Amino acid sequence: MNIYKRHPVNEMKLEFTGRSINEGFARAAVAGFAAQLDPTLDELNDIKTAVSEAVTNCIVHAYPESIGVVHIKCRIFEGGLIEITIRDRGIGIEDVRMARKPMFTTGNDDRAGMGFTIMESFMDKLYVRSKVGTGTTVRMLKKIAQKGSVRSDK
Amino acid sequence: MKIKIRETEDGLVIKLSGELDHHAAKGALKEIADAADEFVPTICILDMSQVTFMDSSGIAVVLGLYRKMSEVGGRVVVKDTPPGVMKIFRIAGLERIVTFS
Ligand SMILES: Nc1ncnc2c1ncn2[C@@H]1O[C@H](COP(=O)(O)OP(=O)(O)O)[C@@H](O)[C@H]1O
Ligand SMILES: [Mg+2]
Repeated sequence: MNIYKRHPVNEMKLEFTGRSINEGFARAAVAGFAAQLDPTLDELNDIKTAVSEAVTNCIVHAYPESIGVVHIKCRIFEGGLIEITIRDRGIGIEDVRMARKPMFTTGNDDRAGMGFTIMESFMDKLYVRSKVGTGTTVRMLKKIAQKGSVRSDK
Repeated sequence: MKIKIRETEDGLVIKLSGELDHHAAKGALKEIADAADEFVPTICILDMSQVTFMDSSGIAVVLGLYRKMSEVGGRVVVKDTPPGVMKIFRIAGLERIVTFS
């Protein structure tokens, strides 16, 4: 899945204020963009759930005492591959390997520690890059089985 | 997210409708805890039939209710969970803790 040699067929970028009310907006926007790949309802729900997890993490963990900005970038590659990158400039994660473990949370009772586990199991690939004090980037890839052909014309 | 609470012969029924994410869960957790405190039911039935979307925030909502009910020796039944929502509960292993019907 080395996509760096390929050119995206389509791309979108989104930037919004990290308020919890925007969680629904973010997953609906990404689902709307992904719809051009003609995904099944299950695939679309997987994407929405993964986006919801990553965006919630920005809002809850990255900016615990403030309201920051959340960035989303989506790219579609030939063959029905969608890449979703969600980035914040928040507090960062000290130990990413630990953070990705099921049930690990630094949150309260209202967090289950299952966000990364869900992103990992609902998408094909999950990459997390983080630096304390700088922020976190979550990159997810999912291949949508193609029924017809994706048009790369204008 | 809408929450409807009513007492029935089977127990206290809490019906959730709409999308249960972190934004909705903040209010839902409190409303459900308040209802459990007010009615002190022996059985609490969480009706999930009208939940159209749920992420991991929903796990905490069920666990919160489970803890609340355990304090008074009560039971939680999660009812009519749509397949997409069940997928989340399953990953969290909730079937070992609460009853699904
Ligand atoms: N964007 C982020 N910024 C800072 N910390 C994060 C971020 N995303 C995740 N984390 C850390 O990783 C932990 C695990 O995340 P997750 O699996 O989503 O579980 P939860 O959100 O329920 O805690 C969080 O508790 C937090 O410590
Ligand atoms: Mg999370």
